[in-house]
Amino acid sequence: MLLARIVGTVVATRKDPRLVSNKLLMARAVDPRDSTKLEGGYLVAVDTVDAGVGETVLIVSGSSARMASGMKDCPVDAAIVGIVDTVDLGE
Amino acid sequence: MQLARVIGDVVATQKDPAFSGVRLLVLQPVNADGQDAGRPLVAVDSVGAGVGERVFFVRGKEASFPFHPTEVPTDAGVVGIIDHWSTVEGPGFSPGDRR
Repeated sequence: MLLARIVGTVVATRKDPRLVSNKLLMARAVDPRDSTKLEGGYLVAVDTVDAGVGETVLIVSGSSARMASGMKDCPVDAAIVGIVDTVDLGE
Repeated sequence: MQLARVIGDVVATQKDPAFSGVRLLVLQPVNADGQDAGRPLVAVDSVGAGVGERVFFVRGKEASFPFHPTEVPTDAGVVGIIDHWSTVEGPGFSPGDRR
């Protein structure tokens, strides 16, 4: 799974019917060692935990995204499954 | 499966209900020499691994299988704690190599 920061929202009127009433957010991966550092490209992810812009979240990708709550048989490959409180680096 | 070093853990209160009671670890993948290789990632733990330990983890939907029949929405999971490893090219890792 990926640590990511929510950087925006996505609105789409015309979409797959199985995506209706799901919130879509824009995210960018963050470096677990330096949470201020955003890296890589932008990702559109389905929100299943009521996340918002500015929050650090956990994103599951690939077919596992369909195991997120309410995402069964939905055409998604990235889902937000947790809002991160803290990352403790022991090293 | 891939080799990794556990470098931290993640705390999340608001999360998918299937994650309750499941530990989340930050992993740094390593190569056969024990050197960092690639970006760190977050994985679920099913073997009781902790920070500083060398582990191997599985990617993809299979990462949720240790929690069957609960469908934990994860794409990475620690499935073994490594005592030591070696390859024909080098010594690999032994418990004295902690860093």
